[in-house]
Amino acid sequence: MDLALSEEQEMLKTMAHDFLTDKLPKTVVKEIEESEEGYSPELWKEVAGLGWMGLAFPEKYGGSDMSFLDLAILLEEMGRACLPGPYFSTVVLGGLSILDIGSEEQKQEYLPKIANGEAIFTLALTEPSASYDAGGIETKATANKDDYIINGTKLFVPDANVADYMLVVARTEAKSKAEEGITIFIVDAKSPGISHTVLKTIANDKLCEVVFDQLKVPKENILGELNQGWQEVQKIIQRAAVAKCCEMVGCIQQALDMTVDYAKERKQYDRPIGSFQVIQHYCADMATDVDGTRLSTYQAAWMLSEGLPCTQEVAIAKAWAGEACQRVMALAHQIHGAIGVTIDHDLQYYTRRAKAAEVSFGDASFYREIVAQEMGL
Amino acid sequence: MDFRLSEEQEKFRQEVREFLEDELKQGLWEPSCDAWIMGHDPEFTKRVSKKGWIGLTWPKENGGQERSFADRLILTEEMLRYGAPAACHWFADRQIGGAIVHYGTEEQKRELLPMILRGEAYVGLGMSEPDAGSDLASLKTKAVEDGDYYVIDGQKTWTSGGGHMNWIYLVARTDPDALKHRGISEFFFETSLPGVSVQPIVDITGGEHFNEVFFENVRIPKKCLIGEKNKGFYQVLNQLDYERSGMERLMANYPLFAALIQYTKETKRNGKPLSQDPLIRSQLAQLKIEFEIGRLHMYRVATIMDEGRAPNWESSMSKAYGTAFEQHLASTAIEILGLYGQLSPQSKWVPMKGMAYHSYLSSKGYSLQAGTSEILKNILALRKLELPTQ
Ligand SMILES: Cc1cc2nc3c(=O)[nH]c(=O)nc-3n(C[C@H](O)[C@H](O)[C@H](O)COP(=O)(O)OP(=O)(O)OC[C@H]3O[C@@H](n4cnc5c(N)ncnc54)[C@H](O)[C@@H]3O)c2cc1C
Ligand SMILES: Cc1cc2nc3c(=O)[nH]c(=O)nc-3n(C[C@H](O)[C@H](O)[C@H](O)COP(=O)(O)OP(=O)(O)OC[C@H]3O[C@@H](n4cnc5c(N)ncnc54)[C@H](O)[C@@H]3O)c2cc1C
Repeated sequence: MDLALSEEQEMLKTMAHDFLTDKLPKTVVKEIEESEEGYSPELWKEVAGLGWMGLAFPEKYGGSDMSFLDLAILLEEMGRACLPGPYFSTVVLGGLSILDIGSEEQKQEYLPKIANGEAIFTLALTEPSASYDAGGIETKATANKDDYIINGTKLFVPDANVADYMLVVARTEAKSKAEEGITIFIVDAKSPGISHTVLKTIANDKLCEVVFDQLKVPKENILGELNQGWQEVQKIIQRAAVAKCCEMVGCIQQALDMTVDYAKERKQYDRPIGSFQVIQHYCADMATDVDGTRLSTYQAAWMLSEGLPCTQEVAIAKAWAGEACQRVMALAHQIHGAIGVTIDHDLQYYTRRAKAAEVSFGDASFYREIVAQEMGL
Repeated sequence: MDFRLSEEQEKFRQEVREFLEDELKQGLWEPSCDAWIMGHDPEFTKRVSKKGWIGLTWPKENGGQERSFADRLILTEEMLRYGAPAACHWFADRQIGGAIVHYGTEEQKRELLPMILRGEAYVGLGMSEPDAGSDLASLKTKAVEDGDYYVIDGQKTWTSGGGHMNWIYLVARTDPDALKHRGISEFFFETSLPGVSVQPIVDITGGEHFNEVFFENVRIPKKCLIGEKNKGFYQVLNQLDYERSGMERLMANYPLFAALIQYTKETKRNGKPLSQDPLIRSQLAQLKIEFEIGRLHMYRVATIMDEGRAPNWESSMSKAYGTAFEQHLASTAIEILGLYGQLSPQSKWVPMKGMAYHSYLSSKGYSLQAGTSEILKNILALRKLELPTQ
C-alpha cells in the first residue's frame, strides 16, 4: 500500500497550484463569475496550452496520456482556486464520456477538439424532477428516417450558455423499466431547436434550463448503444461524482488553511483566538473531515483510474464529502466571526461552492441508498 | 407549575394574529425571513405603534403598558411567525427603550421614550469595532469631554440596519487610563449630527444589512450620556442579556419552516408527496422537536424577566441553542430541495421564493451576532455551572 502521490504527481500539483494561484486572485474569480459567459477565453486557451484539457486522453487524440488519478490532482487544485468555467463540463462530463463509450470516429472527431481547447462540451441530464434516477428522464427522442427528433426540458445543465456540444440523455423507447430505452446523443449545441436560460445559483456558476423543441439529431450521433444508455449514464454520474469530490477536497483544504491562519492572527482578549481550546478543537474537527474526505476521494479516484469496480467506494466518498463540506464550512465561518460573512471575504466563495457541490451528481441520501444496496440491504 | 398561557394571553395572541392576517390580506407586505432585522417598513412600524405594541413591558408612567415579558414574547412570536417587517422599531423596543427606562434621567425618559413609542427611532447598535468583537471591552472609539459636549472619534462596524438608522446607541471609551472595563460609557444620539458617516458592507447574501459607521469629531451634548459615566460596560452586559433573550433567536427564519412544510406536501417525487417520504418526515419531525424545545427555552427566559431578573446564563443558553436550530432548519430545507436548493431568489425555477437559499447563507451570522455561541457557552459554563477558569 502506498497512499502518497508520486514525484510526478507532486510536481503536477505544485505546478497547478502555482499557476492557478497566480491567475486567479479572487477579484478575477469574481469578474469571471459575473461575466455573461462565466469563463475567461484567454485563461481557457492557456489551460489548453498546458495540456490540461486532454490530460487524461491518449496521445493519439491529442492528449497527454495521463490517468484519471492525475486529473484528480488537477481538479483538487481547481477546487482550491475556485476556477470558474466549463472545464469540468468539457473534460469530465464530455471528454471522458466520449473516451469511455464513443466510437473510434467519434473519438477522433471530438477528443482532439477538446484537447486543444476548441470545443466546449456539457451534459444535459437532469430534468425538472431534479433526480439522478432513470425515472427522471422524460425528454423524448423519436426516430424519424435518418434522424431523431428531441423534445423536452433539461434543468441544471452546466455551461449550456457557452457549450459547442452537449451530450443529451433522452428516452428513445417507452419500456416498463425506467432504466431501459434511454439513449445518449452528441448534439451540436448551436442547432436550431435548442434554447437556454441561465439560472441564478449559489455557486454563481452557469447552470441552465435547456429546452429542446423539435431538435433534429442525426442517427450517427448516438453515443454508445441505442436504448442501452442508462448504464453508461450511471458511469458518467459516478465519474462526475468523484471529480466533484476532488474539487471539494480542494475547497475544504483551502477553507481549513485559511481558518487556521486566521486563528493564529486574530487576537481577542489579548491572545490569538487559536489559543482558545474550543477553536483548537474546531480546527482539529475540520482537519479530520478534510483528511477523511481526501482519503475516501483518492481511494475512489484511484479505483476508477485503475478500472476497478468501485460503486461502494464512490458512494462513500460522495456521501461523506457532501456532509463533511458543510461541517467544515460551518466551523470556518464560526471561527472567522463577522468578517467571514461579508461578500468581500474569500471564505464565501468556498461556502457557496461547497453547497452546490454537495447536491451535484447525487447528495448524501442518494449515495447512502447506494451504500445500503451494496451492503445487501 | 402551569405551562399554559392565560386566557387573556391567548386572546392577545389571537388579536396579534388577526392584525397580521389583515395586513397580509391587504397585501401590505410579504412574509420573509430575517424581517425583524432586515425588513425596514416605517409604515408598518407606525401601525404597530398605534396598536400600542411598542414598549409593551415598560412602566405606565413612561408610556408603556406594564405588560409581562411573556406577553411581549407572544407578540414577537407572532411577528416572527408571519415574517412581518418589524426592523424599524425592533432594537428600540427590545433593548434601548428598556435601557433608558432603567438608566436614563427623567429628562431623557421624557424626551426619548415617546419618540420610541411612536415608532420613530430607528436605532443602530454601535458596539463592535474591527478589533473589538467578542472582546467588546477592548473598544477604542473614544468620547472626550469638552465643555457641554462629548467629542466622539473612532469607528464601529457590523452595525445592523445602519443604512436606515436615525439614532445610534454607542459604546465608547471615556477613560483611557482606567482598566478596560471601567472606562466605557454609553451614549444615545442622532446620526444626522455632523461627522457621522455610514458605509454599507455587502454581506454573504449580497444584501446591505450591516455597516461601518465612522465618527469624526462628532460633538454630542452631554445629555446624550446614558447612565453613569465609565459604568457603561456593566450596563451593556445587562442589555446584552435582553438582546439575546428574544424569540428572534429561534424564529428568525420561521417563514421558511412554514413554507418548507407546505412545499413537501405539494411537491411530488416518484408520484408521492415528499411529505410521505419517511426520511423527510423524520427530518421535519426532528425540526419540530428541536423547535418546541427551543420555545420552552424562550418562554423560560421570559418568565425569568417577569420575575424581575435579567436572564443571564439562561439567555446565553437559549440563544446558542436557538440559533443552532435556525441553522439546522436552513440546511435541512436546502437539503430537501436538492438541486433546486442552489437557486437564488432571482432565478427562474426557484422554489419558496428563494427563502432557503437566503436563509442558508444568512444563518451563518446567527451564531455570531449578539455574542458568538462560544462566548455564550463560556458564560453558561462559568456563571451557571461555576466551572473554574484555571
Ligand atoms: C478502557 C480503558 C483502558 C485503559 N487502559 C490503560 C492502560 O492500559 N494503561 C494505562 O496506563 N492507562 C490506561 N487507561 C487510562 C487512560 O490512559 C486514562 O483514562 C486517560 O489517560 C485519561 O486519564 P483520566 O482517566 O485520569 O482522566 P483525566 O486526565 O482526569 O481527564 C478527565 C477529562 O478531562 C479532560 N482533560 C484533561 N486534560 C485536559 C486538557 N489539557 N485539555 C482538555 N481536556 C482535558 C479529559 O479529556 C477528560 O475528558 C485506560 C483507560 C480506560 C478507560
Ligand atoms: C449579521 C451580524 C450582525 C451584527 N450586528 C451587529 C450590530 O448591530 N452591532 C454591533 O455592535 N455588532 C454587530 N455584529 C457583530 C457581532 O457582535 C460580532 O460579530 C461578535 O461579537 C463576534 O465578534 P467578531 O466577529 O469580531 O469575532 P471574534 O470575536 O474575532 O471571534 C472569532 C472567533 O473566536 C471565538 N472567540 C473569541 N473569543 C473567544 C473566547 N474567549 N473563547 C472562545 N472563543 C472565542 C469566537 O467565538 C469566534 O468563533 C453583528 C454580526 C453579524 C454577523
